[in-house]
Amino acid sequence: MKLVRDTWLIFQQEVGLMVRNPVMVAFSLAQPVTYLILFAPFLKVVMVDRGASSYADAYRIYVPGLFVAMGLFGGLFAGYGLLSALRAGIIDRCRVTPVSRTGLLLGRALMHVCLNVVQAVIITVVALPFGLRVHLGNLLISYALLSVMVLLSTSISYDIALLVRNENSLGVLVNTVGQPISLLAGVLIPLVLAPLWIQQVAVWNPFSWATNGMRALFNGQITEPVVWQGALIMIVLAAVSLVWSSHLFNREVS
Amino acid sequence: MIEATGLRKSYRVGRGRKAGTVEAVRGVDFAVERGEIVGFLGPNGAGKSTTMRMLATLIRPDGGRATIAGVDLLRAPAQVRRQIGFVAQASGTYDDSTARRDLVLQARLYGFGKAEAQRRAEAAIGAFQLDDFADRRIRTYSGGQRRRLDVALGVIHSPQVIFLDEPTAGLDPPSRVRMWQEVRRLRAEGMTIFLTTHYLDEADTLCDRLSIIDGGRIVAEGTPSDLKREISGDVVAIDLTRADVTDGPADADLPIAAKLLAEQPYVHSSEAVDGTLRLYVDSAATAIPQIMRTLLTRGVEPGAIEARRPSLDDVFLAKTGRSLQE
Ligand SMILES: Nc1ncnc2c1ncn2[C@@H]1O[C@H](COP(=O)(O)OP(=O)(O)OP(=O)(O)O)[C@@H](O)[C@H]1O
Ligand SMILES: [Mg+2]
Repeated sequence: MKLVRDTWLIFQQEVGLMVRNPVMVAFSLAQPVTYLILFAPFLKVVMVDRGASSYADAYRIYVPGLFVAMGLFGGLFAGYGLLSALRAGIIDRCRVTPVSRTGLLLGRALMHVCLNVVQAVIITVVALPFGLRVHLGNLLISYALLSVMVLLSTSISYDIALLVRNENSLGVLVNTVGQPISLLAGVLIPLVLAPLWIQQVAVWNPFSWATNGMRALFNGQITEPVVWQGALIMIVLAAVSLVWSSHLFNREVS
Repeated sequence: MIEATGLRKSYRVGRGRKAGTVEAVRGVDFAVERGEIVGFLGPNGAGKSTTMRMLATLIRPDGGRATIAGVDLLRAPAQVRRQIGFVAQASGTYDDSTARRDLVLQARLYGFGKAEAQRRAEAAIGAFQLDDFADRRIRTYSGGQRRRLDVALGVIHSPQVIFLDEPTAGLDPPSRVRMWQEVRRLRAEGMTIFLTTHYLDEADTLCDRLSIIDGGRIVAEGTPSDLKREISGDVVAIDLTRADVTDGPADADLPIAAKLLAEQPYVHSSEAVDGTLRLYVDSAATAIPQIMRTLLTRGVEPGAIEARRPSLDDVFLAKTGRSLQE
């Protein structure tokens, strides 16, 4: 109960600060819109290879990929915020209070989840006039899947940040880890176009399961096994990674 | 209120072959009574912050024990947290937040409900006179305003003991005096205050008792006046940087004069700090003519000569062989 309350307090604080920063708000809103506008003209041409014959089809493939790409990188860069809060003494100021340690971390992570879901909603809304059509129930399940995925990428970033303890190493690691993961999840370039060995490697990429699960949902194929498989993989990994980062965090934080 | 014995902490630094340990705190003992203002005075890297962070439950000591308000630091850190407030050396507030938001959140982190948290934030804004800027972004605050907010955040839950790590570092003189008033007010409200500083005047005027810490060890302890009284007599400071030397090279005059004067029977001890020689004597009035005579017979003419009562810096110098003043 205390964990829930403290997580909520930290979450509120982080969201409040986010909203109070107009530059951040503008960027967060503009980012998904630019992706959509810039890619829209290419979409149909590219997606034909995946059997897309209309913009509606193309968006059903592209939009979930965009969710994953933004969720992956949005989460992976969350470690920067944690490091700067540590450096500024904000974490210390909270840690001398009886606040739940896990709540401190979870509240921050949930802010990133919230931000990414808001961005996903914007993408969805902007894509509607272009012809995207998706069942509301499936859409909501996609958002839930995205949330768990962002929790995973955020906590991976926290793990790395707490281990390396400096922004430069974090940046290098996040880029070297993030790029192959996003390519191997087929977020922008569909894996169908990839050579066989890449497709085989991609099977081991959990984020590719999430992408495929979300695409199935957008296609109205909620009964496809990849939906629950993707969800299960994300839930298990997010839980493991969160436990680990809160362990790292609860160790002496200096 | 605070009792610490043998507190120790070392940090591991570097990787691979360059790995080593820094002995930040090498076993410190001290006690603070209820309602006292006690200070740790020491230079950069002396281990002040490390000691304070151990007592504030932020880092775990490698050895030693401590009780705070009767609670064992190592056995019940969670209980200690409820009794103490802590103001870190670095501010710990977000630039985009406001004083009021942070005060309310801090109170809520201590477990107070929404209404009570707002009431406490309001009271703190009044008590620390934050009214004029409480709803402005923190990035627009002056250094003194920011530091007052830091202290207000640290005492939002009315703790019994408050730890202040360098509460006035980097502040201009009026803001420092202002902060001293706040600290005295907190004491008048019944709090016990433990602070660190590297300012001599702050240690002298604000603290009831002092521990002088250097290289992770406490080298002296007592009230400021007791500490100064340990150094009996007067201090004569002789500026030899502008001294005229008629025979011998100019850069040799300090060692020559130092050696010469230290051998005089009326000089208890002497220390050289930069270009200034400090002589500890029974009475400046009788010593100065003799000092002048000694110097002149060797052809050394001091640039300036000054007599004064011993300061805390003299205490520091006597205990460590170094001066605190840059
Ligand atoms: N996290 C850390 N890792 C490694 N070494 C550290 C760490 N924190 C402090 N030290 C070292 O421990 C020693 C004591 O540091 P501490 O911060 O306690 O000094 P201080 O008295 O507070 O100094 P200052 O007046 O500069 O604040 C220093 O040599 C410092 O370099
Ligand atoms: Mg310090």
